[in-house]
Amino acid sequence: MYHYDSTDQTLVDQRVAEFRDQTRRFLAGELSEDDFRPLRLRNGLYIQRFAPMLRIAIPYGLLNSTQLRMLASIARRYDRSYGHFTTRQNLQLNWPKLAEVPDILADLATVQMHAIQTSGNCVRNVTSDHLAGVTADEIEDPRPYCELLRQWSSFHPEFTYLPRKFKIAVSGAPADRAATEVHDIGLHLVRNAHGELGFEVLVGGGLGRAPMIGQVIRDFLPMGDLLTYTEAILRVYNRHGRRDNIHKARIKFLVKALGIATFREQVEAEWLDSRAFGSQLTQAQVTHVRGFFQPHPYASLIDLDPTVNAGADFKAWYRYNTRAHKVSGYRVVFVSLKPLGAPPGDMSSEQMEAVAQLADEVSFGEIRVTHTQNLVLAEVPQTELVKTWRELKRLGLATPNIGTLTDMIVCPGLDFCSLANAGTISVANQLQRHFDDYDYLYDIGEIELKMSGCMNACGHHHVGHIGILGVDKHGEEWYQITIGGSAREASSLGHVIGPSVPQEEVAAIVGRILDVYRELRHEDERFIDTVRRVSATPFKERVYAKDLAAA
Amino acid sequence: MRKILRLPEAALVEDTAGELVSQADYLKDPARHSAGDHPLGVRAVPADKVEDLSPYLGRLALVAIEFPGPGEGRGYTYARLLRQRYGFKGEIRAVGPGVKQDLLFFMFRCGFDAFELAEHENLAEARAALHRFTLAYQPAVPRAAVQEARFTAAG
Repeated sequence: MYHYDSTDQTLVDQRVAEFRDQTRRFLAGELSEDDFRPLRLRNGLYIQRFAPMLRIAIPYGLLNSTQLRMLASIARRYDRSYGHFTTRQNLQLNWPKLAEVPDILADLATVQMHAIQTSGNCVRNVTSDHLAGVTADEIEDPRPYCELLRQWSSFHPEFTYLPRKFKIAVSGAPADRAATEVHDIGLHLVRNAHGELGFEVLVGGGLGRAPMIGQVIRDFLPMGDLLTYTEAILRVYNRHGRRDNIHKARIKFLVKALGIATFREQVEAEWLDSRAFGSQLTQAQVTHVRGFFQPHPYASLIDLDPTVNAGADFKAWYRYNTRAHKVSGYRVVFVSLKPLGAPPGDMSSEQMEAVAQLADEVSFGEIRVTHTQNLVLAEVPQTELVKTWRELKRLGLATPNIGTLTDMIVCPGLDFCSLANAGTISVANQLQRHFDDYDYLYDIGEIELKMSGCMNACGHHHVGHIGILGVDKHGEEWYQITIGGSAREASSLGHVIGPSVPQEEVAAIVGRILDVYRELRHEDERFIDTVRRVSATPFKERVYAKDLAAA
Repeated sequence: MRKILRLPEAALVEDTAGELVSQADYLKDPARHSAGDHPLGVRAVPADKVEDLSPYLGRLALVAIEFPGPGEGRGYTYARLLRQRYGFKGEIRAVGPGVKQDLLFFMFRCGFDAFELAEHENLAEARAALHRFTLAYQPAVPRAAVQEARFTAAG
C-alpha cells in the first residue's frame, strides 16, 4: 500500500497545526460559528444531535494493521471504544469532544492518516473496489489512481469551496463493486484499441433527494490527463453549479439542466484552454505510485477445498463470507460487521485490535473497508482459513451472511444524526430478528437491502434491491419501501411499491415482498433479476393487498 | 479604512486605487472610464463573467473580486483565469466580508496578490496564514511561491 513521503507527512502535520489553531480560536471566541463551520467540516467534524461526530478518512478503504490499531486506540481514548464504518469506506466516531479533536488528528498523523476533506463542499475521500488487486476480472488495479486523486484533491486551492460536496469513485474491473454510476464522477479503467490504459469517465450520478445515474462524458481519457480533465469538470461545475439552493447544488443538477451534450462541450472547451496549466500526470509518477501496489510475496500454494471434512458452520461461512482470489491457494475473507443485534458497521476497539493481529498473521498486515460496511482480509492462504474462521467467530465477526438480506447497508439514522427523520438501527435489529433463520436467508440468496433515515440517502436506499427510507409522518417514524434498485453495472433506481408503513410493520412487509419473489422466481434467479423480469407491478399488487393487510 | 495586505512583502498598504467601478458599470461603457489620477480598478462579484473583462485588461491596474461569505468559491477560479488564461499582470485583490485568514492561502495560490481583510481580522495572524503550508501537491499561479511537490503544469 501507499506510504507517505516527507511531502505527504509535512502537509498532514501542517494541517493538524492549522486545525489546532482554528479550534483554539473558536473556543476562545475569536472565530464565529459561521466561520468555523466550513473549516471543521473540511476536517471531518460535524456537530450532531448529542455530540460532535468525527469522520476519519480511509483512502479507498485500505488500512494497514498499525492504522487499524491506532483507530482502536483513538476510539478507546477519545470515544466510547467503538467506531462506525460507512458507505464511503470511512470510520466515524460518534462521541469525541471538540477540544480533543486536534489531538485525535495528531495521533492519526503519526500513522499516515487524517480526516482531510471527509465532509464539506469539496472533493471527498475517493472510493474504490474492495477487491482491487485480488480479483481475476480486473483490467488494472485502481488504487494507484485513487492515491493520485487523493493527493491532487487535497487542499486544491481552486476547488475547496465548491457549490456542494463532490465524490469520485474508481473501478478497475468490469464488475462494478464501487457504485461508480452514482458518484459525481465515476472512473472506469479501460484499454483503448491500441492497448493503452485510460478511463471511461462518467459524470452527474448521485443519490440524495434526486437520485440520478451518471452519464458517460468521455469514452476514453488518456492516463496522463486524469487530473487535467477532472480539473476541467470541476472548473465548469465551480463556476456554473447552483449556489442559491443547497438541494439543487450537486453537479448532477447542472448536468441535467444543460444536458450531457452541452455539459460535455463546455468541459472539453475548458479542458483545451486549461490543460497546459493543470496538474500533469507523468508516466514516472504513475509508475512510482503503482510501485506501492505491487502483488504481495505470495507463497506457491495450490487450491484446496477447505470444506472437505469440515462442519456445517464452517461450510456456511466459507460459502458466504469468502470469495475467490486471483492467486491460487489464497482466498478473500469478509469480516462481517452485521451480527444479530448490533448496529450494522459498528466495531469495538477490541475487535479492531484482534482483526489487526489476524491481518498480521494471515493477510500481509492489510485490511480493507467495503462500501457495504464490512471489512475484508483480502489475501488469506486457504490453509489458514479454519484458524481465521475460529478467530473471527470468537470475535463475533463470522456471521455467515455476506451478500444476504441481513448484510444490509444502514446509515446511523435518528439515533445519532441531526438530519435523520427516522431511526434505522432499531429497524435493522427488527429485520435481523425477523430473518434469523439461515435456511430461509440462504434460500432467498443474494440480495441487497439498503436503508436510510432520510432523503439524503447515506444508506443508498435508492440502489438497494430492497430500499427502505425513513420518513417523518406527523412526528412518527414511518418507512417507504422501494424495490429494484442496484448500484452494480447497469445501475437502476428503485420503484416505490406502496404507501409508507409504520416502524413495527417493516419486517412483515419485507417478508411479503420475499414471498412474492419466492413464488415468481425462476430457478436460481436472484431477487433483482426477478424484479427486473416481472417489473414492480406484481409486488405492488400483492404486498399491499387488503386481505393480506387485514390478516 | 480597511486593511490591505499586498504581496510580495504582505505589507500593509493604503488603497491607491481610489473608487472601484463595478464590472457591470464598467462594461456598459469601458471608454468612459479612464485611469485619470488613480489607477483604474474594477470590482467583480461572483455572478460576473470574468472573461468579459478580457478585452480591457490592458487598461486595468486592478481587478477586485468579491468574497461575500465563507462558502463562495467562484472567485478562486476567476483569479486563475485572469492570471493564466488572460495573462493579467495587474493586482488581483480579494475583497468583501469573506476575506479572512483561513482562506488566504488558497486565494494566494490562485493568483490573488492583495487582500482587503474583513473587519476584525488580526493582521499578524493573516500575514502568518500566507505561509501556513510550505508545500502543495498541485501547480498553481505564483509558480515559485510554494514548492509544487507532485504535479506540475506544462504551461
